[in-house]
Amino acid sequence: MTIAEMNFFQRMLYILERYGGSLAKGAATTMAIAIICTLLGCVIGFAVGLVQTTEPHKKDDIVKRGVLKVVKVILTAYVEIFRGTPMMLQAAFIYYGMSQLFGINLGMWSAAIIIVSVNTGAYMAETVRGGILSVDPGQSEGARAIGMSHFQTMLLVILPQALRNIMPQIGNNLIINIKDTCVLSIIGTVELFFTFRSISGALYTYFEAATVTMIIYFVLTFACSRILRYAESRMDGPSNFDLATTDTLAFTSGLTRYDEKKGGTH
Amino acid sequence: MDEILRIEHLVKTFGTNEVLRDIDFSVSKGDVISIIGASGSGKSTLLRCINMLEESTGGRILYHGRNILAGELDEDQYRTKVGMVFQSFNLFNNYTVLENCIIGQTHVLKRSRDAARDKALEYLSKVGMELYINAKPRQLSGGQKQRVAIARALAMDPEVLLFDEPTSALDPEMVGEVLDVMKDLAKSGMTMLVVTHEMAFARDVSTRVIYMAEGRIEEEGSPKELFNSPKSPRTKEFLSRFMQA
Repeated sequence: MTIAEMNFFQRMLYILERYGGSLAKGAATTMAIAIICTLLGCVIGFAVGLVQTTEPHKKDDIVKRGVLKVVKVILTAYVEIFRGTPMMLQAAFIYYGMSQLFGINLGMWSAAIIIVSVNTGAYMAETVRGGILSVDPGQSEGARAIGMSHFQTMLLVILPQALRNIMPQIGNNLIINIKDTCVLSIIGTVELFFTFRSISGALYTYFEAATVTMIIYFVLTFACSRILRYAESRMDGPSNFDLATTDTLAFTSGLTRYDEKKGGTH
Repeated sequence: MDEILRIEHLVKTFGTNEVLRDIDFSVSKGDVISIIGASGSGKSTLLRCINMLEESTGGRILYHGRNILAGELDEDQYRTKVGMVFQSFNLFNNYTVLENCIIGQTHVLKRSRDAARDKALEYLSKVGMELYINAKPRQLSGGQKQRVAIARALAMDPEVLLFDEPTSALDPEMVGEVLDVMKDLAKSGMTMLVVTHEMAFARDVSTRVIYMAEGRIEEEGSPKELFNSPKSPRTKEFLSRFMQA
């Protein structure tokens, strides 16, 4: 039976049979780039967000203030430029620019990872800034009041809470990255979308190939969003807690549990 | 007496608004000083300036003779000696009750985890919160949170504790439990500086009362002097209004 004689489902099966391996490889590449770049993007985002929320200390000298100001301007430019231009063009710009101007031939992987993480970082910087600003200022006052330095306050109190606040946004970015790695096909990265184009080009079965690829994309993004939800609930900890009883004999009668939903003991 | 803090000519302005004008007073070991006054009289700002959460505009704050406003003592080190309890508790939302009381000890005072844990448990039982060490702040009532906040401050072994309206954000039925803890603390000889609207506490527990009006110390004296025979007419008016209410 030739492809022309098959119906819709037979064609999808045929694609899976013949190109299942390539599709799996493409999906793996897509996921690897999306996950690595979201993580790297978070690191960049946290670094940039931290600097941008740093206020100069009143006692700092003019040099220190000047440096901070210049760094902030550079970072703002980075954020605005990378948020404000299409990632597809950034990919072409960086990939071909590097080879033309500096004679550096970025490999497929390094090019892909640089472009997507730098792009994610620009978005994450704003997210992190918002996350830090959303933490109640009282938290930082409480920390300063027991003698924590600015660094300790950030690391131990503010950033963990900011991270929790922006978890939904990090998930959003991961899902966007899974889909948006498709623009990397412009520089020849063999990810899921590139595989789709090869298959549809080889078989002339655009509709079926698109259906199969869409299903794969959806499974990937849906699985990720569920996993992240689970991670969020783990971060929140259990909704009730055990009362600590020092009398060991008291445990024989069981522990009293506090149920948050039913309200407090008061 | 052992003088811990001396505030000299302290001034604080927000823009053109003078919030504190020429504040002078001192805190000695064992003092329990209540600062009373109408809202907006600068009481909280004074406390926040002493803790350096607000930057003072002028004057000096001497801690054992060293001017902290001139940087004669490291700001963070000074803060471990002068603890603060806030109106809004400011417990760390991302840690349990026990962890709230440990983290400052281990990271700032560099105590071992075991020593910090013992100390935290000691003060948590002092404020009656030892059963709740595994709870997160969001699972506690306001009064419970404030008692944990007091334990957290105490665990740092401060020389002075500053209380910024510690019961103002509480439901009426929870005010008592916090005031009881504060009374016990005062009895145990803790040096305290309390901004409060609880006149009964100011009258019965404190060793000295400061009445503030429009950023100035209007009158200062023993609770007896201030409540029974106030010299300034403003103090008289404020107290009579408060006693009515």
